[in-house]
Order: sequence, then C-alpha cells, then structure tokens
Amino acid sequence: MDEMRRRLIQSGGGMTLLGLLLAAGWIKPEEALAQAQTWNKAAFDTHSLTDTMKALGGGDPAQSKDIVFFQTPEIAENGAVVPIGVTSNIPKTESIAILIEKNPNLLAAVFDIPTGTETSISTRVKMAQSSNVYALVKADGKYYVAAKDIKVTLGGCGG
Amino acid sequence: MADPMKIRATTLGDSTEVKVLMSHEMETGQRKDAQGQTIPAWFIQNVIVTWNGRTVLSAQWGTAVSKNPFLSFKFKGGAKGDRIAISWMDNRGDKRTDETVIA
Repeated sequence: MDEMRRRLIQSGGGMTLLGLLLAAGWIKPEEALAQAQTWNKAAFDTHSLTDTMKALGGGDPAQSKDIVFFQTPEIAENGAVVPIGVTSNIPKTESIAILIEKNPNLLAAVFDIPTGTETSISTRVKMAQSSNVYALVKADGKYYVAAKDIKVTLGGCGG
Repeated sequence: MADPMKIRATTLGDSTEVKVLMSHEMETGQRKDAQGQTIPAWFIQNVIVTWNGRTVLSAQWGTAVSKNPFLSFKFKGGAKGDRIAISWMDNRGDKRTDETVIA
C-alpha cells in the first residue's frame, strides 16, 4: 500500500495540482489567476540594475547576442508608448523580463513562457527618459541579457 | 468593471498568433493631480492566457507597461475554433476575463 502511494505522489510531483486541473479543463482561467496570483513585489520595487537582476534571480547574467529586439525604435517620440519586442533564440528559454534602466522602478514586465509558446513577445512600455532597455532571459536555469539604447524625445511619466 | 479586451487570434501555419489590447489606466503612482496630490498607482499585475484551458503565457507587470496595454505572442498548435481566454488582475484586485475563438 505504502509503495503504491509513494509512486503516485512521485508521478504527480512533476506537475502541480493547479497545472493538472488546468490541463484537465476543470478550472477556469480566472480561477487559475486567483490561485497563481504571484507578483514579485521584491523585484518590481527595486531601483537599480543590479538589485533588480538579483531580485529576479539573475545576479550576474551573461551578455547574449541571441536575444534580439524587434519592432523597437531607436528614437521614441512618445515615452508613454514605446513598442518593445524581444525574441530569445536561446534554447530552453523560460522567461523574458524587460527592464528600463532610468525608470523609477526598473522592472516593467516579466513573461513566463511555457513549452510550446514561441520565445518572442511584444508589448508597449512607458519610459521616463532616454535609457538603456534590458531584456533579461532565463533559459535552462541560467540568465542572459541584451541591451538596447532608446532615445525618448517626450517623457512618459511627467505630471 | 473595465471595458472588454480586444483579442485577435489567428493561425499561421503551425502556430497561432495572439494579439490583445486591454483597457486599463495603468497609473504609475508617479503623477500628481492638479492639487499636487499623488495619484495612486493602479495597474495590471498579472496576466494569464490559456488555449483550451492550457496556459500558453503568463506575465507579471509593473507600472511601466503602457496605458491600455498591448501584448502579442505566438504559440505552437491551435486550430480554428479553439478557445483563447485571457485574464488579468490589477493591484486593486479587479479582474477581467475575455474569450475569443481562433480565426
């Protein structure tokens, strides 16, 4: 009996209960959202590049040419709406984070990419001023980074 | 209650492209109103996208994502008529879920 129980627990261990329920279509996405409501406050509250990367778990990321910015301007006329596209060509990419060096809070967004989803995302961010924008990629447990300098002619966080 | 999202999901070969436009203020908490009072931060924190109930993307956002956020990505698989559902939750606990079928 005990042996059986152990095996059951082991086989189920690779997937969380939440994942199983989702896969089975038993729970709705909004319920999943409520249960998965993790928001990395520690990382979003950081104010320096090293602190942010550390809070995300990637203390010393390697520079990578396999991270490519697309649909991302050199010069943004409006800092309130700056398109950012990031593609990671690094195998086993698990997540992509976007950091804006000169924003009050550096971290803009973290995207967790499950297997089967292309490691490429596109969104729009606010930039307070001209700054380096970093894409921090986690792949196979390791961290990689690429930067792009974006000039902003009109800031996005003025009041 | 926030306005509905605009979602477009189309299959291109063996992958499906999802484009979303959400309706949200995404207030940074940095701005001040006419009286000099700081306008409190109000922004989407979590986003989850599912395809027929399976998660294909999840995200955590900060205040730097633009007002009325845009998001686009692709995943492998997906067929015409499959369900795509997108949910977000903001820092006030407001939630919204919208669905579409792949075209």
